[in-house]
Amino acid sequence: MTCEDAEILLHALIDGELDASHVREVEAHLASCAKCAVLARDYREMKKAMAGGGLRYTAPVELRRRIEASLPQAAVPTRRAVLKGFAFGSAVSAIAATGLVAIVLRSDDAARIQTELVSAHLRSLQAGHLTDVISTDQHTVKPWFNGKLDVSPPVIDLTAQGFTLIGGRLDYVDARAIGAVVYRRRQHVINLFVAQTASTERRAARVDMVQGFNIRHWSDRGLNYWAVSDLAKDELAEFGDKFEGAMKSGTAG
Amino acid sequence: MPVKIVDNDPEQARRFRELAMPHLDDVYTLARYLLRDAADADDAVQECYLRALKHFHSYRGPAIKPWLFAILRNVCRAEFARRAGAPSTGADPLPEDSDQAPMWHEDQDTPEAEIVKQHDSGTIRRLIDTLAEPFRETFVLREIENLSYREIADVAEVPVGTVMSRLARARAMLRSAWLAEQEKSK
Repeated sequence: MTCEDAEILLHALIDGELDASHVREVEAHLASCAKCAVLARDYREMKKAMAGGGLRYTAPVELRRRIEASLPQAAVPTRRAVLKGFAFGSAVSAIAATGLVAIVLRSDDAARIQTELVSAHLRSLQAGHLTDVISTDQHTVKPWFNGKLDVSPPVIDLTAQGFTLIGGRLDYVDARAIGAVVYRRRQHVINLFVAQTASTERRAARVDMVQGFNIRHWSDRGLNYWAVSDLAKDELAEFGDKFEGAMKSGTAG
Repeated sequence: MPVKIVDNDPEQARRFRELAMPHLDDVYTLARYLLRDAADADDAVQECYLRALKHFHSYRGPAIKPWLFAILRNVCRAEFARRAGAPSTGADPLPEDSDQAPMWHEDQDTPEAEIVKQHDSGTIRRLIDTLAEPFRETFVLREIENLSYREIADVAEVPVGTVMSRLARARAMLRSAWLAEQEKSK
């Protein structure tokens, strides 16, 4: 193999696009040609430096809103039907517009949101989608949400309790931006989704299973929480208990 | 073929939302690298999603990401044409063998002792931005958006062989720039 060929093909080698027979040929060339070997080494180093998502951009929340607003609102008819009963007039549209999710929703809407939460959870597990901000420090993760959401999700470090904080993410559920705080227990990821609710009343937790995932849902002090994970029900319940316990003792970051 | 308006089809809108919205950051990232301007990227991405929704009925899969990228690319072509003050021809503004493009000539004789060192993200972005357009596009689709060679070929409407040679040129130019940057910071 000539250097000229190798200089093209070594990229395919690095990118894993080369078939097995060519892999052997290119590797044989690299073993015998110092110049091409240096290039291959440098390209690998560069690739390493560029992995990890640091070169990506995040779409501004305002742009996301504008695009969302331009999409036909598939969910609106059902929710309007629910809201009609309240007869709040314009006040209702104002509430609907501020992102108060899930308080006047019918059960089929609640089921739809659960499905969306599971979809968001699954999306987050794809490579590079889990966290927008990676940190085990609650004082790094919490400020990251500032200005991205109209609520400030509590971020609690539960490492000592066996649930490691690994970061935060902006996600989209029910056509709205929603905060996700990400924890890990062994190999299991827990996405804790946090959204505003109109009710300040505390609502005790319940656990549902949706598409094989457990969702623990509770409300407290004006916030709706959904913890989604493939963890077993009792372990997810433990997570929720630890989280709520820490909230009560005021250790939120 | 007449364009079907999907505005009255909530099911289609819901599917579009589920499929396309999760890729907003991907599309925005590509727009930032193609246009090198935050405000222009905003506009292009919004236009891309409008067009994508409008043509969603013709989307046949399998992967929606390359499909969105192809639309974004067309939107960006129009933006390039506007910047140039000329109507869009749809052609590459830069022929493959053009001499004018690379700011960095490929340096073949870098001594072996010179090992590329890690730069921070801001520096790497700046270096990528100096690549000429077709090379930058191919490079970003591969390295940042993680498309396969085949997918890049489809998005950029060129043969896979062209993708490979562009990628080789792009990495060679970037390596020279990378080493020059190291030299500067010494």
